[in-house]
Amino acid sequence: MNISEKGFFAIKEMLYKIADDQLILGHRNSEWTGLGPVLEEDIAFSSMAQDKIGHSLAMYEILSQMGESDPDTIAFMRNDDQFHCCHLVEYPIGEYEFSLMRHFFFDMAEAIRFEMLANSTFEPLAMVARKIKGEIKYHTMHAQIWINQLGAATEESNLRMQKALNETFPLALGIFEPGTHEEILAEEGIFEGEKALQDKWLQLVTPILEKAGLQVPSISSITPSYGGRFGSHTPHLQPMLEEMTEVFRIDPSAEW
Amino acid sequence: MKINSIDPRVNRSKIDPEKKFEEAKELDQWQTFEVFQQIKRGMHHQHVGCVHAPSPEIAFLFAKEQYARRGQCVNIWVVKSSDVFATEYEDADIFDSAPEKFHRDPSTYKVMDRIQAFKERQKS
Repeated sequence: MNISEKGFFAIKEMLYKIADDQLILGHRNSEWTGLGPVLEEDIAFSSMAQDKIGHSLAMYEILSQMGESDPDTIAFMRNDDQFHCCHLVEYPIGEYEFSLMRHFFFDMAEAIRFEMLANSTFEPLAMVARKIKGEIKYHTMHAQIWINQLGAATEESNLRMQKALNETFPLALGIFEPGTHEEILAEEGIFEGEKALQDKWLQLVTPILEKAGLQVPSISSITPSYGGRFGSHTPHLQPMLEEMTEVFRIDPSAEW
Repeated sequence: MKINSIDPRVNRSKIDPEKKFEEAKELDQWQTFEVFQQIKRGMHHQHVGCVHAPSPEIAFLFAKEQYARRGQCVNIWVVKSSDVFATEYEDADIFDSAPEKFHRDPSTYKVMDRIQAFKERQKS
């Protein structure tokens, strides 16, 4: 591994956004625990939410080893403008179809991202990418099977899924907001880039949605929801952070 | 009237406490699937429980998280409960005399000393 000083900063920026997405969506999805539509789905969705938080921990640990604070401090002691997550993950859970569609769009992107990172020249990240491959694979199976089921089940389910798709699509495009160091990441073989990821993602999700009887809007007609990667967030994030960190902030030095 | 819960999620969900729910119809839920789990390749699949699901694919999704999220697993089968042919408990007397037929139980065969002797002979 031969990574330049510039590459080092580029990696940090990338890790923050990946980890913050996972932490925030993991927490959002965990809000379904005990309130899910049926018992078995409640357990499955909660278990995947827990996986997501585990993935963010793995990322924060790498950041820690690169000189950043310890994972708990990074996760629990920042305000919204210090977060690098995309807007998609910040939104409240909404109706179940909203959460499912978000889970589908996000996890399909996550699967491709980690497939690309499995060959990264930055070995600590490549190792994590290979380790969590199976978990993400199950998440995408879960998402796809539900999309397929509800896209075609009844007129009501189709309409509700389509509405959720229309709401989440511009937010999902915000996942791929380019960072400031895209070229360095590509040059040094760390990560091919958000543009390449978005192209692969669109190729993958479009036929799945169409097969389920859902219409995918033309990407040229949509304004992606950008800003999250640079600390500009929706009003939903800060209240969520306050709720998530409420107990931790009572005594940040407590041993758990 | 508003619900005032210590769980902020419940307050956010805007549930109307006055709302009357229709009584659930009998069997107003998905069918069940029996779940079989294999711990290691080559071993038998073992019955571990059941899940409610609208299709075999979703039964698999649920089975994986209900029964295989801890511990080892390499394969899962799901089978519609209605496809399982089962005996009637009133016919359980067909099994009654089985425990008495200990001559059919290979644990009563005294062969270990002969196996040991054979192994010794092979060594020398």
